[in-house]
Amino acid sequence: MMRWLLEGVPRRGLALLLVLLAALIAAPWLANDYLLTVLIIILYFAYTGQAWNVMMGFAGQLSLGHAIYVGLGAYATAALYVHFGIGPWLGLPAAIAVAMACGAVIGFLAFRFGVAGVYFAILTIAFAEFARIGFDHFGWVGGSSGFFLPVANYTRNDLWNLRGNPTMFYYVMLVLTVAAFVLCHVLLKSRVGFYWQAIREDEDAARSLGINTFRYKMYAVVISAGMTAVAGVFFAFYYNNLFPEQVFHISRSIELILGPIIGGIGTLVGPIIGAFLLTGLSEIMQELLTALGFDVPGAKQVFYGICLLVVVMVLPDGVWPWLSRKLGLTERPP
Amino acid sequence: MAAEIYLNVAVSGLLTGLVYGLMALGLSVIFGVVRVVNFAHGEMMTIAMYLAILLFAALGLDPLAMVVPIAAVLFALGYALQAGIINPFINRPEHSQFMLLVAIALIIVNVLLIVFGPDARNVQTSYSFDSFLIGPLIVDATKVYAGAATLLVAVALFAFFRFAPLGKAIRACADNYTGALVVGLDVKRLYALTFGIGAACVGAAGSMLVLLFDVTPALGPALTLLAFIIVITGGLGSMPGALLGGVLIGLTEAVAGLLFAPSAKSMFSFGLLVLVLLLRPQGILGKRLS
Amino acid sequence: MIRKSPTTSVRAGVTRRTVSAAIGAAGLLAGTAPFNVLRAQSGPLKVGVLLPRSGAQASIGQDCQRGVELAPAIFKELGLPELAIMNADTETNVEVARARAEKLINDGAQLLVGAFDSGQTTAIAQVAEQKGIPFVINIAAAPPITEQGYKFVFRNFPTAPMILSDAFANQKEVFEITGKAPKSVVFMHVNDTFGTAMKNGIGAVMPKFNMPYQILEQIAYDPTARDLTVEVAKAKATGAEALLMVSRLNDAILITRELIKQRWTPMAVLSMGPGWYEDQYLKTLAKLSDGPMSFVPWYDPNKKLSKTLEAALAKAYPGINLNTNHIYTFEALLVAADAYKRARSTDPKALADAIRTTNITDNVSTGPGIQFDAKGQNDKLKNSAIQNRGGKLVTVAPKAASNATPEMPMNPYDKRA
Repeated sequence: MMRWLLEGVPRRGLALLLVLLAALIAAPWLANDYLLTVLIIILYFAYTGQAWNVMMGFAGQLSLGHAIYVGLGAYATAALYVHFGIGPWLGLPAAIAVAMACGAVIGFLAFRFGVAGVYFAILTIAFAEFARIGFDHFGWVGGSSGFFLPVANYTRNDLWNLRGNPTMFYYVMLVLTVAAFVLCHVLLKSRVGFYWQAIREDEDAARSLGINTFRYKMYAVVISAGMTAVAGVFFAFYYNNLFPEQVFHISRSIELILGPIIGGIGTLVGPIIGAFLLTGLSEIMQELLTALGFDVPGAKQVFYGICLLVVVMVLPDGVWPWLSRKLGLTERPP
Repeated sequence: MAAEIYLNVAVSGLLTGLVYGLMALGLSVIFGVVRVVNFAHGEMMTIAMYLAILLFAALGLDPLAMVVPIAAVLFALGYALQAGIINPFINRPEHSQFMLLVAIALIIVNVLLIVFGPDARNVQTSYSFDSFLIGPLIVDATKVYAGAATLLVAVALFAFFRFAPLGKAIRACADNYTGALVVGLDVKRLYALTFGIGAACVGAAGSMLVLLFDVTPALGPALTLLAFIIVITGGLGSMPGALLGGVLIGLTEAVAGLLFAPSAKSMFSFGLLVLVLLLRPQGILGKRLS
Repeated sequence: MIRKSPTTSVRAGVTRRTVSAAIGAAGLLAGTAPFNVLRAQSGPLKVGVLLPRSGAQASIGQDCQRGVELAPAIFKELGLPELAIMNADTETNVEVARARAEKLINDGAQLLVGAFDSGQTTAIAQVAEQKGIPFVINIAAAPPITEQGYKFVFRNFPTAPMILSDAFANQKEVFEITGKAPKSVVFMHVNDTFGTAMKNGIGAVMPKFNMPYQILEQIAYDPTARDLTVEVAKAKATGAEALLMVSRLNDAILITRELIKQRWTPMAVLSMGPGWYEDQYLKTLAKLSDGPMSFVPWYDPNKKLSKTLEAALAKAYPGINLNTNHIYTFEALLVAADAYKRARSTDPKALADAIRTTNITDNVSTGPGIQFDAKGQNDKLKNSAIQNRGGKLVTVAPKAASNATPEMPMNPYDKRA
């Protein structure tokens, strides 16, 4: 099993990965609480980026409304917790089920009717906006005035109900990110993964080879949706309040796809590198600007945008492919 | 509810929709010809609107009179943007184009925030509060003027694409890229021109829209989404389609708001979009996608 | 000062943190031990101020900032200790708010103030409670924030139900003074956090007041709506005599414009939220801004400190009216400075205990003063009724905190020159 998993992975790459993992595991000892909060944000985006990557990087479907799955997962478990006292782990299956159902609907509507490319992207935006306005009117989960989870004290770590201090949340997020990484690796190496890559490269050719493109595209959408929903559960129990305006907003959808696009679509490490780069960049910008005394609101975002622009123009495939070549992890084409 | 309420609201929705349509027309031209997904469309619109506000505040110039100059400025901006930054991305995958324009949009929104601040700005002319009383109808004067101006600009644009050699060349590019190359058209230049024309439409629409709405830097993304919904509903690459789409969306929102909860009226636009995507993805007046 | 986080469990062995902590401790002991207590009380208190300075709520955050800027000079005159303000931007985003709060505490903030928006405030409250750092909320109306059993979170701002109660009480007072009252109203509210909280509260609060009017219809509208033609048309069609409103600034301007264009001047505009009294509204609409009444958390113009604050604002920012944002942000800092003076120490627990026993009667906001109940809420706050008059704001109710009499009905829009 391990041999199969590690087959094709360059030794150097594996070593680097393990070093990174070790550093992340040791982080709470080395970092202060603020840095830990930043790391949680990074891991959160690494995870959601990875989940989105399944749909886009593997199956080639550009989803610009992915926040809908986060929101559905968050609200499902939050509602179960607040109204019925059901803990997040028990509520998890419900969250995943709801998100998968939604993904299935979107996928079905899109693929059956031949909606692809930009049109598919706009369709996903429309669904997310629909959910946003819909939940604004959904009184049972607070509507637009927000849904608050009761917060207990922080001195005890209650893993079952996900109540506790940041270190606990950090490890939960770390485990999720590692699990997503491994899952995606397994998926890519399996038959499903190969079919996906075939569909991404040339859907018509894939279909002509007898691959049921509809079914495999549906798998991609549904798996991606389910994975993203888990992030939603984390979100609900970490921030303890949900507002449709914020949770389903299009800026959230865009936020979570920046990482994988910058890092490298279709790669496993891309979303993780992207998340580190983006959040790191954002915080460094913040520091720089405060140090320079440049307290102009919006300046940070302008620099951020310029950096994004530069990366997109110079490294269109993302940072990871370039970085891995530099690190000697991939063979140079002859 | 009395019939006149419906009529009033419908007329209002129709007129506003016309101006939306002009904005969407720019997107339709850009997407239809250059095939670039312009996710910075709404942000370009806000630039135009702020320009109109500046001219009004500094020189007292009425936005309706400024339609042509502002359109010209936006034309230059669009041309430069396409020729300078976007050109290399035309044949790149959609997500790359998307990222590029998202980055551009982010920069525009925040530069506007720094320069103009977050407060909403607007233009108040002498006729800003006027309304016409036509029988039982009360019609907003600014909407009538904006609607009329939109029709004028639209007609001019149709004429250009129908009869002017340059316009025909652009349409040729859109219909058959390879054929256009074969015939010897300078496609790169034409693309830049088209982007410029699309931006000019946005400029014209912006200087009209500023009479109807207030501007904030955050308005950009909302307008981008609206433009896409209209273009897809009306039909990509079809200019009457863009106007029709705008009017449809304007009407739908207005009437839905009247019949149901106004806070949910946007849901109907999205619902309409989903329906169109499923039943007639080329849009109402669009050509069948190959 | 090395503060051991209450959540740290026993760490095995010597880590980098313990080494640096040991060095720090040694240094401190060696150099300054006898002066520690004095140093703690004579130095300025590090206060982290979290506001939305960018993003959707940027203009409000920047307005609150004015309250922060006016504080130091006034506090000096009052003999209050100095505050070292650390500014942070929540970017109108819950995650950023949380991260910034962590950073401020990490950088040594001994007390937090903020954050205008209920969502961001909740995130910051969690961090503050967990770290044991006192957090004084300047503005946030969602009731759940002070229902969590927190020991370090204090709110000197009314909750939505409190705002509603006072609104109804003040409206009745206004009706009594003017001798007129609308028989029917249409209730329009923005469909965001505050608007919905107010709408939800009306059902519970209004019956207790026996209001002379009936709500004919409730119309909710999207906070990002650019065009309110439909909503106003609907409101006009109900035939109601007056408008009961909860809106924001942009909608207030939009609605007023529509009222004029659709040729309807209601008997009164009874607003229970922001927008209708703000500077931008008054400036944009000039003569057309007169008339609407706002029933909101406000200042008592007859109080001494209010006059001081008004004068200071007029000097620093001529042309800007004193408003809720300035007042409550100022008062949050006032609470901090006052508590520091009494606690004589920067120890967070001591500060929190001192805040809990706050009793400031010489303050700015309407009501008997600043004090906190067991939940950390100032439940004695009163809200005022103000009216737009000649481009300025006058306070018309409650009588004890007023400086003018209310005028009703409103002057018809088409008769104003």
